[in-house]
Amino acid sequence: MTALHAVLLVVTAVAGTTVVLTRDPVRQAVVSGMFGLSLTALFFAFSAPDVALSMLVVSSVALPIMTLLTLARMRASEREQAENDG
Amino acid sequence: MSRRGRGILAGVALAVLGVVLCVALLDLPRVGDAPKTYGDNAVALSQRHQTAEVVNFVTYDLRGFDTLGEELILFTAAIGSAVLLRASRGERRDEEASEREEERGPRTADALRAFGAALVGPFVLVGLYVVVHGNLTPGGGFQGGVILAGALLLVYAAGQTVALQRLRPMPLVEVAEAVGALGYALVGLGGLVAAGAFLDNFLPLGTSGALLSGGTVPLLSVVVGLEVTGAITLVLSEFLDQQLIGEEQG
Repeated sequence: MTALHAVLLVVTAVAGTTVVLTRDPVRQAVVSGMFGLSLTALFFAFSAPDVALSMLVVSSVALPIMTLLTLARMRASEREQAENDG
Repeated sequence: MSRRGRGILAGVALAVLGVVLCVALLDLPRVGDAPKTYGDNAVALSQRHQTAEVVNFVTYDLRGFDTLGEELILFTAAIGSAVLLRASRGERRDEEASEREEERGPRTADALRAFGAALVGPFVLVGLYVVVHGNLTPGGGFQGGVILAGALLLVYAAGQTVALQRLRPMPLVEVAEAVGALGYALVGLGGLVAAGAFLDNFLPLGTSGALLSGGTVPLLSVVVGLEVTGAITLVLSEFLDQQLIGEEQG
């Protein structure tokens, strides 16, 4: 375990806690992407470039986009519901 | 249970979990010092099969059957979400959505559009590189496929709506996804017929380090890349269409 490993472990722990403490789902989608980036660096430092690459594409491309698009869709449905009720 | 009670329960549970994790952590082997019987054997076997990338040798050769299952999970999930999302909209809404999409362009910030457009080419190139070099460098079909699908998002961010329509002809995306899934199964059957076991290697091994080395590994990487690109593009396109309908109603 080198200093780099230690620093990256701490950064990952902080980033993970930040994801939990962020309560707004839209912000959470972006913060979780950053958490994914810190995990990517961690996997890379622990000599697992394959896992790092998977983590990178999932956490920075697939997951935040799908979360944001789902949220946008849900909010549109809620507006529609409100209009129909009013 | 009261708020206070729940807090105490959660605190105690977390403390116990923390202690257990710390005890387990002390017992772990040092970094790079773990017993690696499986790893040593996998590396030896990988070298004998002329595959430079040991992890992908395990993924697409030793554990090829697991990868087939994972690929089918993604295939099923993409089809399922596409069916669900399509059920909630009709033809008329489709037309309104595409009109809305045409109006959307100019509202996107110029800097974002230029940046998105400039990155599309590099994204496609990196994606193709990662897919094709599955037997040589880290990555492979899954990672490259997601990168290729990500290029679609950049086109969307760039507001190139006409290009977007041309880039994701939905029948073609669906066919790519299906061909990817079918291709994997066919390579597996090829092994059954030519080598005597499902997914066993039946292609010439070549020389380690060459683009076409490792027998079926690069072929499987490419079909997985096709399947993943199709699946992720399909899901993202359906979500984007939903989003456009949502904008139109809001």
